[in-house]
Formats: sequence, C-alpha cells, structure tokens
Amino acid sequence: MSDALIEIKSVRHAYQTASGPLPVLDGLEVSVPEGGFVAVVGPSGCGKSTLTRLIAGLMKPDEGEVWLHGERVKGPRSTVGMAFQNPVLLEWRSILKNVMLPLEIVKTPMTAAQQEARARELLALVGLEGFEDKRPSELSGGMRQRASLCRSLVHKPEVLILDEPFGALDAFTREDLWQTMLKVKEEEPFTGVLITHDLRESIFLADQVIVLSGRPARTQYVMDIPTNRTRTLDDLYTPEAAERLNILRHQIEIAQGRAPANGEAA
Amino acid sequence: MLSKIAVPLAAMLVFLVLWEAIVWINDWPNYIMASPSDLPAAYSKFWNLFLIMGWQTLWRTVLGLILAIVFGVVLGMVMGFSRTMRDALYPLLVGFNAIPKATIVPIVALLFVGAHDFNTVLIAFMISFFPIAVSVSIGLSTLEPEYRDILRSLGASQSTIFWKIALPKTLPEFFGALKVAVTLAFIGTNLMEIVSPHGRGLGALFDSGKTNSDYPLMFAVLIALALLGIVLYYIVVWLERVFAGWAERQPT
Ligand SMILES: Nc1ncnc2c1ncn2[C@@H]1O[C@H](COP(=O)(O)OP(=O)(O)O)[C@@H](O)[C@H]1O
Ligand SMILES: [Mg+2]
Repeated sequence: MSDALIEIKSVRHAYQTASGPLPVLDGLEVSVPEGGFVAVVGPSGCGKSTLTRLIAGLMKPDEGEVWLHGERVKGPRSTVGMAFQNPVLLEWRSILKNVMLPLEIVKTPMTAAQQEARARELLALVGLEGFEDKRPSELSGGMRQRASLCRSLVHKPEVLILDEPFGALDAFTREDLWQTMLKVKEEEPFTGVLITHDLRESIFLADQVIVLSGRPARTQYVMDIPTNRTRTLDDLYTPEAAERLNILRHQIEIAQGRAPANGEAA
Repeated sequence: MLSKIAVPLAAMLVFLVLWEAIVWINDWPNYIMASPSDLPAAYSKFWNLFLIMGWQTLWRTVLGLILAIVFGVVLGMVMGFSRTMRDALYPLLVGFNAIPKATIVPIVALLFVGAHDFNTVLIAFMISFFPIAVSVSIGLSTLEPEYRDILRSLGASQSTIFWKIALPKTLPEFFGALKVAVTLAFIGTNLMEIVSPHGRGLGALFDSGKTNSDYPLMFAVLIALALLGIVLYYIVVWLERVFAGWAERQPT
C-alpha cells in the first residue's frame, strides 16, 4: 500500500454504444498524495469526466483498480464531494438549504445547529454572507458556483472532485473564483482533483498538472508546480509561468494529434 | 391588487353588456339566443336543481381527475425511469390519446349501462390522464445527470433521489399538465352527462333544457359550467402556487 490518498492503477474502460465499444480510458495511472491538489487537462471528450465518475464510485472500470485512502472503491462513498460546470442547485430551496443538502444524506455527528453553522461558515468563506436565504435564481452564475462549491464541502469530504467548475464563467469571474478556491484550500483539508480546460487555471490552482492523451486516455505528461508561499494572480505573468503554459499547450497539441510526440516545445 | 380583481370583472361586465346588446339589436327571440337578462329567471326557477346537479358534476370531475393523477403519475414514473417502458408504452398512449373521446363516450355508456356515476368518472379519468403521464415522464427523463450524481455520489438511494430532487423538479411541468387535465376532465364529465339517457349532473340539466326547448335554461347551464370550470382551474393555479411557486419568475 502506498501513501497516496487517491490511487488509480492501470484503469481501462470502454462504454458500450450502439456502434460498438468505445474505449475511453486505457492504462490510466494517477496518484494523488493526501492534501494534494491535482489538475487534469486533456482534449475534449478524452475521458476526464469518466475519470471523476470512477473516483466517485459512480461506475466501475472494466479493468484496473481505484483506491481511496487504502480502500478499494466499489461504489459511492460519503467521503467524496463533487461539483460540476453546471451548479445544479435546487431552485425550490434557499442557498443555505442547498448547501446543507449532503448533510441530509450523509450520517454526521453534527447537531442540527452545528450543521447550519457549518454551512453558514462555508458561505461566508466564499463570500456569500447575506445570501443564505436567497433562491439560486437570484444569484449570478459565479455566485451559484460558489454555493455549489460550499455544498460539495459541507460534509467535510476527504476527496473533492471538481469537473470544470469554472468552465461556464467569464474570465474575470473565473479569476475571482480561483482566488476563492485558494482561500478554501487553506481552510479545508481535502485532497482535490480538478478537471479543467484552462491551462492557466491548472497551473494557478494545482500542485500537479496531469495531461491526458486523446481518447482512449492514458497519462501523457505530468508537471509538478512546487510552491512554498501564497499564490497571487501576478504569478501567472512571470516568465516561469509562460514557460509552463507553453509546455502544457504543446502537450495538449500532441494529445489532440496536432503535433508529433517528439516535437520541440514552441 | 385592486386591478387584479377589477380588470377581469370589468371585462366580464363588458362581455355581458355586448351580449345583451347584440340580442337586443337583432331582436332575436330567446329560442335563438337567450340574453343575460333571461338568466336570473332561469336560476331562480331551478336553483335547487343547479345546486344538486352542480355538485354531481363537480364530484365526478374531481374524482376522475384524482384517479387520473394517481394513474398518470405512476405511469409517468414508469416511463420516466425506464427507457424500455417508455419505448413500449409511448406509441400505445399516443394512439389512445388520438382517438376522439366523443366516440368513446357512447361506447362506455353502452358498455356499462346504468352505472352512470361509474361511466362519468371513467370518462373524466380516461380523457385527462394523458397529459399528466407525459409531463411526469418527460420531467423525470430529462433530469440532468448531474442532479442525480450529487446525491448518488454520497450513496443516496434511488427513492431518496426521487423524493428530494426528481419529484420536486417535475412539479412545475406536472401542474402545467394538471391545468390542461382539469379542463379535459370537466369536458369528459359533461359529454357523458349529456349523452347518457336519464343522466345526472349539469350536462343532464342542459339536456332537459334542450328537450323542453327552455333556451334560457340551456344558457344558464352554460354559464354555470363556465363558473365551475373557472373555480376548478383556479384551485389548480392556487395549488401550483403553494407547491411549485418557486418556479415562477420573480418580478424584478
Ligand atoms: N454513458 C456513456 N455512454 C457512452 N459514451 C459515453 C458515455 N459517457 C461518455 N461517453 C463518451 O466517452 C467519451 C469521454 O467522455 P467524458 O469522460 O465525458 O469526456 P471529457 O469529460 O473528457 O470531455 C466521450 O466521447 C463521450 O461521448
Ligand atoms: Mg467532461
């Protein structure tokens, strides 16, 4: 047993479609240490969302194994939190009640008062103080995404899975949310997997970026983003960041089949 | 607030005045067209019949509608959750719905001669369950997978997902269909009441007005039916506001 919290070992998976099996993942290896935050990038349709569904236990791979905290994943588990590009808030509930939804499913030692306090605390952390009693439709897209983030964290999950959570937001709102995300990461002790198609987002938020190859996906490239201080948006405009982005962009081109695998980075 | 009541009331008044004026200008005798001024006489002469018959029409419509809701929701759930069942049942349902119900009414009336209440409730039910079944099945089958996944990834059961997400999310469509269904059920009830011999309810009162060439009575029944229809419709609107009011756009 290794000390990784999330361990994906030689996972292979194909969807059964009307036109025969569609191989999506092929020999995928991912390993995330406890407290780590990994960004996964790759061409559209390469199998990133499939990867999140495997980690969450929403489906089983044809071959290979998924391990969480030293336990083989066989089905859904309450130690996982998920957020998607679509915030999927329930329109008939207030923001507060939306955030508290997982606590109605997951067994928790918290009392009702503690649960509410926990939800309010998270909402304050992401800057939604004062919006607890609003309906989702009264909030902007960015605010809804913040609420969705709170809901994914309210039950104190070990693993946080984010599938392109900022993908539908405009550039400025997105950068606001990146900073919120950093703040949340400091306060909440989770191990994270972030799917994204924004390379700047991946190097800003993650401490490791994994590039997946085109479908069927395998791990094509891994980049570590070491850091020992609080990140700021200015970090994205350094020569170091420009070089990282260049390398990643080139890797994506390889994954898309638009550049030869042995070519030099531009 | 005032205009919310005053405007429809004024519209109603204008309608009555126009009606009266047209009858008066054309000098129609009341066996061609009764005028609003003939109605009070008809109501005061038969008020107890209106109450008894009105109640009969009301309870059969409502009972038929309740059966349609129960059956429609169950059918909608079956079709909403199972692709196979949807593929199997949908053409059958569409075919059944395409048959003009006016042709079913005499068949049912003959099939269960004498069972008048049963016939009427049956037609009200048959005519109104379709939109409910369709709306529930569409509401359930178009639920975005992410909605299921946020609960399923926590280990929630199918029934928890149904009660916490699928059902409430389908309510706006359900009430939209219920508004159509309540009107249909009402039509079904009246068709049967008018067609079956020795019928009951406002439809039968209408029929007896016809037999006796009592035109003011026939028009009085029409107005009473309209009123009952309006009341039923607005009860559904009120229920919708209570249970699915969240789906209404906030005026901003
Ligand atoms: N349930 C499914 N059945 C069949 N094919 C699917 C299913 N889910 C996804 N796919 C296909 O598998 C591929 C990978 O999907 P996905 O993991 O969602 O990609 P990504 O998130 O990287 O865009 C896509 O081509 C998609 O069309
Ligand atoms: Mg995806």
